[in-house]
Amino acid sequence: MALVLKQPSVLPGFGLTLGFALFYFSLIVLIPLSGLFVKTTTLTWEQFWHTVSEPRALASYQLTFGASFLGALINGFFGSVVAWVLVRYRFPGRSIVDALVDLPFALPTAVAGITLTAIYSSNGWIGRYLEPLGLKVAFTPLGVLVALTFIGLPFVVRTVQPVLQDLDMEVEEAATTLGANRWQTFRAVIVPELWPALLTGMAMAFARSVGEYGSVIFIAGNMPLKSEITPLLIMTKLEQYDYAGATALGVVMLVVSFVLALMINLIQWWSSRRHTAR
Amino acid sequence: MSIQVDHVTKRFGTFTVLNDVSLHAQAGELIALLGPSGCGKTTLLRILAGLERPDQGRILLHGIEVTDQRITDRRVGFVFQHYALFRHMTVTENVAFGLSVLPQAQRPSPDKIQKKVDELLSLVQMRAMADRYPNQLSGGQRQRVALARALAVEPKLLLLDEPFGALDAKVRKELRRWLRRLHDELHITSILVTHDQEEALEAADRIVVLNQGHIEQTGTPEEVYENPATPFVYQFLGDVNVFHGRISQDRPSHDEASGQPPPEADASGEHEVTFVRPHDLELSLSRTTPTQLEAAVRFVITAGSRVRIELISKDSPQIISVELTKERYRDLKLQQGDVVFVHPKQLQVFKMPGPSSV
Repeated sequence: MALVLKQPSVLPGFGLTLGFALFYFSLIVLIPLSGLFVKTTTLTWEQFWHTVSEPRALASYQLTFGASFLGALINGFFGSVVAWVLVRYRFPGRSIVDALVDLPFALPTAVAGITLTAIYSSNGWIGRYLEPLGLKVAFTPLGVLVALTFIGLPFVVRTVQPVLQDLDMEVEEAATTLGANRWQTFRAVIVPELWPALLTGMAMAFARSVGEYGSVIFIAGNMPLKSEITPLLIMTKLEQYDYAGATALGVVMLVVSFVLALMINLIQWWSSRRHTAR
Repeated sequence: MSIQVDHVTKRFGTFTVLNDVSLHAQAGELIALLGPSGCGKTTLLRILAGLERPDQGRILLHGIEVTDQRITDRRVGFVFQHYALFRHMTVTENVAFGLSVLPQAQRPSPDKIQKKVDELLSLVQMRAMADRYPNQLSGGQRQRVALARALAVEPKLLLLDEPFGALDAKVRKELRRWLRRLHDELHITSILVTHDQEEALEAADRIVVLNQGHIEQTGTPEEVYENPATPFVYQFLGDVNVFHGRISQDRPSHDEASGQPPPEADASGEHEVTFVRPHDLELSLSRTTPTQLEAAVRFVITAGSRVRIELISKDSPQIISVELTKERYRDLKLQQGDVVFVHPKQLQVFKMPGPSSV
């Protein structure tokens, strides 16, 4: 079978747009990323392995990916609830809440970090009530989780919202007439419809959290081995003019993120294929 | 299970969708709710299912009031116009859904559920498609699955909301005949909402004609077709010619006999309107009675089992449509522009409020 790249079409522009897309993608994404790999190759394998596997680096991976994953899970749940409320109910102030959802997008991350730190520190609005309970948020890994949850929220809400909006009420009504209670309807009818969008939203929130720097460094306390995230470690190395070491950590993050993104895409592809296959 | 709708009124905002509607269906009957879109037929069906609550009035199923009963307790099967199948479930899973959500104590074993699903899929002739997903099926197949799914919970009442509305004409015709046969087998009290008069006339035991939230007429298909109670029913069921004023039948009425023109409006402020079905009009090439309408042939459609002819009246710009048998058409040898004389074999006169608009 011959490979046909271009199908004759009445709508012109395939060659032009594909060319531009490839050029743009190379310029913005591929060239900088390959630069990362090229710079890393100045290290020998031993040096590379030593840099990426020192205890401080390992602890930072754990915190970065662990907190990002947890944050994405929390957002997966609460973001869906927010989307549900915004789509299904009409209440005063709804459009204001709708607009507020985007705030973590719009707010400079440093502002978010300082604000969260101020609120959760031991004499802050919320922190002062949590401290007697033995919960320290600011300057602990928990603070990292709070910050990453904060910045990830809009991703889940904004991906789930349109799907919920398009969800056919008739399907839910059908489930109800067949005797399903509200929970059974939710689990068997609504969740499978939302699942792909929810997964996308969580993946985006996760990806954003992994790379987050600004909001985290203020609240994290940045103690090596305890509350230090990988992006900060990279910054530290850069400040010490250890460019190759910084890129080595960058490569690790890149590869892990890419593998995770690929896995999520595969899950999505599989779940959407299951009921659309011809 | 018999159904009684008792003085039901439903408003959406200031708009009254159903205005004091009462209706009774015997157990095992198939009733068609027929009306144009927006007449309230779907709302009435949804109230019966428990998907909407009436503002006033009561619903009784088998003599027991269910107006406030929860939808899951009513045991009604509902078939939606756009199927509303669960698209992430296979045909089997869709049909089994109603059984698998039963409380543990009442739920049949997986084997029994599978057996029941197989039976239902055989009934709707979908056994071969059991493992497919809804979007791998055609519209007619999807609706059959939806019907099997509704029947799985053994409903005492089957409600069908324009079930064939989204299908093409040929499939629609097949499916409504199939539905009628299925109903004769199962005898579940069924209510079929439709705007297609042919569907209602062909499938239903009784027809309820709805218009603007009230019932215009209830009766067997023959009754409503042959003896429409109101001008609306006459116009909604089949094609019709409307003549303002009175026109003559074979036996002239006293108006025509005295040679007087039809009265514009009588003392009560009403005027008379005559309704004649196209196939009740007779054409002749020469005038046989003085009251015949003179008209010219505008065009002729010969395709189909009968010949449809459009005439234009000589006295007024009114278009008259006539249906003739092929034989009659051949006898008359009509051409475009020919002058013919029209007289009705059967007609119905209604008094309409307000002066004549002609």
